[in-house]
This record gives sequence, structure tokens and C-alpha cells, in this order.
Amino acid sequence: MSMENALPAPVLAAPRRRGVWQVRLAAAIVALLALFIVAAPLIAPHDPDLVDLAAKLQGPSAAHWLGTDHLGRDMLARLIYATRISLGSVAIILLLVLALGIIVGGASGFIGGRFDRIVMRFCDVFLTFPTFVLAMFMIGVLGIGMANVIVAVVLSHWAWYARIVRGLVLSMRERDYIAAAEIAGAGRMRIFIEHIMPGVLAQLVVLATLDIGHMMMHVAGLSFLGLGVAAPTPEWGVMINDARQFVWTQPLLVLWPGMMILISVMAFNRLGDALRDRLDPAFRIEHC
Amino acid sequence: MLRFIAGRLALIPLMLLGVSGVVFAMLRLGRGDPALDYLRLSQIPPTDAAIAKARALLGLDRPLVEQYLSWLWDAVRLDFGVSYATRRPVLDEFLYYLPATLQLAAVALLVTLAVSVPLGIWAARHPDKPPDQIVRGIAFIGVSMPNFWLGFLLVMVFSVWLGLLPPLGKGGIEHMLMPVLAVSLMSLSINARMLRTSMLEAGGQRHVLYARLRGLSDRNVTRHHILRNALLPIVTATGMHIGELIGGTLVVENIFGWPGLGRYAVSAIYNRDFPVLQCFVLLMTLIFVLCNLIIDILYAWLDPRIRMFAEGQR
Repeated sequence: MSMENALPAPVLAAPRRRGVWQVRLAAAIVALLALFIVAAPLIAPHDPDLVDLAAKLQGPSAAHWLGTDHLGRDMLARLIYATRISLGSVAIILLLVLALGIIVGGASGFIGGRFDRIVMRFCDVFLTFPTFVLAMFMIGVLGIGMANVIVAVVLSHWAWYARIVRGLVLSMRERDYIAAAEIAGAGRMRIFIEHIMPGVLAQLVVLATLDIGHMMMHVAGLSFLGLGVAAPTPEWGVMINDARQFVWTQPLLVLWPGMMILISVMAFNRLGDALRDRLDPAFRIEHC
Repeated sequence: MLRFIAGRLALIPLMLLGVSGVVFAMLRLGRGDPALDYLRLSQIPPTDAAIAKARALLGLDRPLVEQYLSWLWDAVRLDFGVSYATRRPVLDEFLYYLPATLQLAAVALLVTLAVSVPLGIWAARHPDKPPDQIVRGIAFIGVSMPNFWLGFLLVMVFSVWLGLLPPLGKGGIEHMLMPVLAVSLMSLSINARMLRTSMLEAGGQRHVLYARLRGLSDRNVTRHHILRNALLPIVTATGMHIGELIGGTLVVENIFGWPGLGRYAVSAIYNRDFPVLQCFVLLMTLIFVLCNLIIDILYAWLDPRIRMFAEGQR
């Protein structure tokens, strides 16, 4: 072997200039998905729930760009409407998980002492479960439905975030400017909100962006199992499940919703990577 | 080392106690009334008398603490009662479906490790060259691919178009290829990417430079000075992957007609079959905890620093 890979340059620290177009494309995809959520009725070419048995299982055509499903419903319209539930649920999950993580983890790290130890033991209990199994169990107890899927995913993930927030708060608390604020006579609440939280939030946003894809998979998986939305409502996971009997005859019906999940997860992952490279929280956590 | 293992073993009952508390609380706080579900699945009309009888039968009329303790005592003896739906002992049913799930998850784990490690090493030895780009490309798509959709894609290609592999059922290796790939691709991608990064990091350290200056061969340096350090994060990550692999298996089983716990658990969710659900969550968590124990031990065995730190804390 030559010396060329004898000592690779510190790849992690070097700013990655390549792939800017990928990040732009990812941002454009996310913007488009957001547009689907906000303006689905304006964009969708057809009513997503309109049954037309005469036109069932058609391939792509001028009238139905992506074809029709087994009830003759327009696939494109259903895919667009499905964004609302598939991505909207993830947005709600993320907000709830972040809120719980910040409140519980923030209080735990900031107050410290015995309170911190008790809260962390409580988190440990939740971290003991395999997440997907815990989510399935909770849906079993609460009942089937998208709202319960959201609750189940939040309850099976919040402890990770509480842990991370606590760690971030602890590392922030040791910074010199916090000591400076204390000496200047700032109150505890004020230090927490004005001096600790902004730094924590910035890093949390990166982690959350990287986690969106993971959450989407969990939601799609649960809803593929039929534990989420009820029959006529379009959702990507359920659409794949609906189409499974046509794998042999009309495989496009399985392909489209899966492509939507794949492309959105890829877009969010790419954005998350780019954000991380910019802010590099892992680097900062390790070195402060 | 023995002290480390003993310390970890001692923690497990405490963890499981906490787990049982959460499970019991969920069972009681959940919106459904177990007595009503029991009557519905037994097809008894829910009259007041029948509800009262079912409550007494299920012990729902006793104080909560007493209920918890007797429930816990039953769980410790692995007595989860009978399924509301089938009236058979839950544990027997669970153990009937468990081996197929464990088999699929275990093979998926082996494949994850067996494929991701060479891929990661290959990428790290040629940073920013075609091998690295190929591996990173695969990994990027792999982490974004929903496992159940990948399952269907594989069926389309290998069963529908090529007619090479059977789309359903359990049997020989040909039945395993597609489910295993569908379950493991994500963990495999994460692992390969992580190993690449940690190898490049380890490769930049001084002891590696020193080893090279001593004139050790490239292969020797990679194997003994870079890989050994770089594998440690992979061992930790494997603990997390096991949870994901179990979850993935439960989903993917539904596609390939794999006779495991996935479909059993889903039907229990539909039936609100509480004895089955609690057995499912408790025993799967127990298995998960034991897997993580093994990984912790492996980690301490590989890295003396962890072992000493853990022992020093006591």
C-alpha cells in the first residue's frame, strides 16, 4: 500500500464543501412536502377519496399521472394528501418529544442532586424497553388509531431526548459565561432560559432533524401494520399495506408510497447531516 | 472482569422491576376496561352482573397495590394467564412463536456485523475514492429505506420478475434471504458508516503514526492499531441495533408470512388481548436486556478502560 492513506486528513473537522446541490435539493424537497401539507386541496388533481370502480388499477395516464388504486382512486392525489398525516404526525411527535425532553431533561440537569438522580432512573426504565415493542404494547393498551400511534411513539422516545438535553445542560452549566452571569446577579430562571437554553436548543435542532427520518420509519411501520389511520384516509404506510395484494399485478401501487417515504427520509437526513456539519454539536459536546 | 459481570447482573432485577411498574401502570391507565374486553372476546353480553363477575375473576376489585404485587408475582413465575382470544396459556403461545422471530433477528444481526465491518474497512482504507463513495452511497440509501417497503421491492425483483426466491413461508435458506436483507439493511448501513468514521478518526492518532514509523505493514497497522479501537463504537451501537432489529423483524414478518411473533402481536393489539400484550412486552424486554448485558460484557472485555472505570466507581 502506498503512503496516500497512511495518515488520512482529519476528515471530520474539514468543512465539506462538496454536495451543496444535494443540500439544496433536500431543502427543496422539504419545502415541497411542506407545501403538500398546507395546500393539499389546491395541488391535488383529484379528490383523494373519490371511488371510481370503472377506472380501478389503471397505469399512469394523462388523467391519472401515477395511475389509480384498487378502488379507482387517483394515486397522486392520495400521495399528496397522505403527506399531511405521514409527515404531520411526525411533526407533532417531534414537538411533543422535544417539549418533554427539554422540560424533564432541562429541569433534571439544571436542578441536579437527588432530583436529577431520581428523574434519570425513571428515564433509564423507559430506555430499557426496545422502542418498537414498547410502542406496539402502548397501542395495544390505548387502542388502534393515529392519535394513539403518536402517543406511543412519543412515550417510547422521550427518554432519549431527556437524557440528551440533560447532558447538554450539564455541559453548558460549566461554561465561563454562566459563571459570569451568576456573578452579575442573574436569577436561576433567567440563567436557565436566557443563557443555557439557546445553546441547548441549537444542538437539539440538529439532533431532531437527524431523527425525523427515524421517527417517520417508526410511524410508517406501525401504520403499515394497520395500527394507525382508519380505512379511507390516505397515509403512506397504509397505502403500501393496501397495495400488497397487487404486488404481482400492479407493483407501481406499492412503489409510489414507498418512494415518498424514501425521498422524504433521504431529504431530512441530508439536511440533518448538513446542519450537523455546520454546527458540529458532537464536536462541541466532546470538547467543552 | 467477574466483578464487572456481577455488578451488571445485579442491576437487571432493578431494571426489570422498573419495567414491570411502567407496564402495569400502562395496563391500568389505558382507556379500555379489561373486564369489558374479556367479556367481548368471551362473547358474554356485558350485563352488570357479568361485569362484576369478570372483575372479580380478573382481580380488578382489589386495591391497586395488591393487584400489582400479585400481578408481579405471576409475571416472575412467567404465569401470564390465558389469552382472552384463544383461551390457551399465553406463555405456551408466546414460546411457540418466539423461535422463528429470534431466528430471523439473530441471522439479521449476524449479517449486519458480517457485512458492515468489511464494508466499513473497505471505505476507510480508500477515503474519498470510489470504494468509499460506493459504501457511502449504499449507506445513505440504506438508512432511508423503510424495511417493509424494501421487503416488497425484494419480492418484486426476486419473486415476481426473476422467480428465484419464494415470496412466503419458512423453510430453507432461500426463504431467509429476503426477510434478513429487509431487516438488516438499515443497521448494516449505519454500522458501515460509523465504522468508516471511527476508523478514519483512529487512523489520525499518534500511536498509529508511530506504528507506521516503526515500519509495520499496512495490514498490521489497520488490524491491530486502527480496527481494534475503531470497533468499540460498533459494539456499543450493536446494543441499539438489536432493538431496531427486533422491531424490524416484527414488521417484516408480516410481509413474508414468517410464522413469528409479529403477526401474533398485531392480532393481540386488534383483539386488545391484554394477557398476550403484557407477556409480549415483558419477555421481549427481558430478551433485549439480556442481549445488552452480553454486549456490555463484550465491551468491557474488549476495552480494559471501561472495566477499570466501572470497578473504580464501586
